[in-house]
Amino acid sequence: MKFLKLIRRNTTRHFLRTFLTILGLAIAVMAFAIIRTSIDAWYSGARASSPNRLVVTNKISLVFSLPLAYKEKIAKVKGITGISYAQWFGGIYVDAKNFFPQFAVDKDTYFDLYPEFLIPPKQKETFMKERNAVIVGRKLADRFGWSVGDPIRLTGSVFPGQWDFVIRGIYTGAKETTDEATWFMRYDYLDERMKKETPQRAGQVGSFILRIADPSKAAEISKEVDSLFKNSLAETKTQTEEAFQLSFVSMAGTIVKGLKIISILVIGIILLVLANTMAMTARERISEYAVMKTLGFRSIHILGLIFGESIFIAAVGGICGIIITYPIKILVGTALSNFFPLFKVDIITIILGLSASLLVGLLAAIFPALKAIRTPIVDGLRIIE
Amino acid sequence: MSEVFVQLQSIYKSYWRDSLEIPVLYNINLNIAESEFLALMGPSGSGKTTLLNLIAGIDRPSQGEVIVKGQHINGLSENALARWRSQNIGFIFQFYNLMPVLNAFENVELPLLLTRMNKKERRQHVETALSIVGLSDRMKHYPNQLSGGQEQRVAIARAIVTDPNLILADEPTGDLDKQSEEEILNLLSRLNSEFNKTIIMVTHDPRAAEKAHLIRHLDKGELYD
Repeated sequence: MKFLKLIRRNTTRHFLRTFLTILGLAIAVMAFAIIRTSIDAWYSGARASSPNRLVVTNKISLVFSLPLAYKEKIAKVKGITGISYAQWFGGIYVDAKNFFPQFAVDKDTYFDLYPEFLIPPKQKETFMKERNAVIVGRKLADRFGWSVGDPIRLTGSVFPGQWDFVIRGIYTGAKETTDEATWFMRYDYLDERMKKETPQRAGQVGSFILRIADPSKAAEISKEVDSLFKNSLAETKTQTEEAFQLSFVSMAGTIVKGLKIISILVIGIILLVLANTMAMTARERISEYAVMKTLGFRSIHILGLIFGESIFIAAVGGICGIIITYPIKILVGTALSNFFPLFKVDIITIILGLSASLLVGLLAAIFPALKAIRTPIVDGLRIIE
Repeated sequence: MSEVFVQLQSIYKSYWRDSLEIPVLYNINLNIAESEFLALMGPSGSGKTTLLNLIAGIDRPSQGEVIVKGQHINGLSENALARWRSQNIGFIFQFYNLMPVLNAFENVELPLLLTRMNKKERRQHVETALSIVGLSDRMKHYPNQLSGGQEQRVAIARAIVTDPNLILADEPTGDLDKQSEEEILNLLSRLNSEFNKTIIMVTHDPRAAEKAHLIRHLDKGELYD
């Protein structure tokens, strides 16, 4: 405690140098936190998934559909307590850049399997009555300024033509991790038109969603479902919802890996910035350390001063970095809202960012500290003369 | 007759530059009594500062023994030596060597941070030391706000604040004007006469050496009367 004053004064001795070092650290910690948050955003879908849900898709690829007729067979498998289905719609709202996920879902069963989507009862009632009704997430509604009752036209890309809808409900998420940027339309509205225009595409769904009573039986049930359609024209692949979400992450595996490498490089940059400052500082003060040793200060005291200063600078830089992360996160999150519905700085990221700064503070001081304590007093004093 | 306070026995000191041995001191034998004021004189490169550093325990002899107040200091570890210096030695440098980020009070307080004294006790000691050197009114001044003479007086206050028995001064007036030089020498004389401090002062200035009771000369590493 007695030496804190000396550490504090030494830190501000070269104000501009210290300020620039702290600024560099803060920007690096902010970059680290934003990159980590981006990585987390890739995994947000998997984190929000329920262990009680399985997803059945075509074994060849998600692009291929499955016959709706599979529903009855799947529902009979022991351990399944609920079943629904969904079809990717892929419509364009005004412009292709206005991307958002759209699913045609079974009005009777879908939302029962997703209790995390909170829909006002009256709005759900209207959705059940009107074929062209849609329910959208709060964030999606806010993004385009939609309200209940607004007519919306989409241009189909997967299912060609102009499609007219009316917004009849706006859902919110029960949890922070719940996606609030999705569009749900009725499957029967899509299927009826397919029957008229392209009958070969009618009665096809992209995926079945199963609710199971016991998550520990997921592997067993998945195997049984898939065995039902073995050697058929459309074999199935059943997996947990988490595994299904992670399969999307693995598609962008190289990007995620690249981001992870960059986040480590950023820590390396922090280390270099601070190590450079501490090396300059210790070199300039070799004579002062020699004087202090002459007065009776021991190596432990000199180490305390150098490590204390380095850790102090690193801590201030780390805290400033975390503080500026929040406004930057809002900017980046808004810009990437089409791709990442949830862009939230996790507490683990904050802890990692601060720990990394403190670790860097420690590492950056090692060589300057060793040099300071290893320099003989007489050599240190000679620098003055 | 006062007791022998500092004993140098058969001191030999050399430095190595690559593979070349450079001898600095040869067979130095010297006894310094308690409360003595000794001036070590000699030309540049004669080994005065090296001898002072050996007595201060900030350098070690290649051969021989340095005994201060009965303590063989050569055998002490670095940490023990540092602790010993903090309790027994007050060192005054030619260029003052004050910490630029600390004011006069804080500079003088620095050696006391190594003691168990509380804040109040430290304050009392610092104020006493600064009053002895006549700088009670400059406590809050930083080194760059003081003259050379004042800086050296702060350095002397720092050297005496722990009340050491032995004060070592390496060219304490070498960087000062005549008036400041006189003030510093009078101060050292006072520390010797009033406070019974044993003082060893390195100087090449005969006028400074006149203040000492005893003058020894070093030339090419050898000690002469």
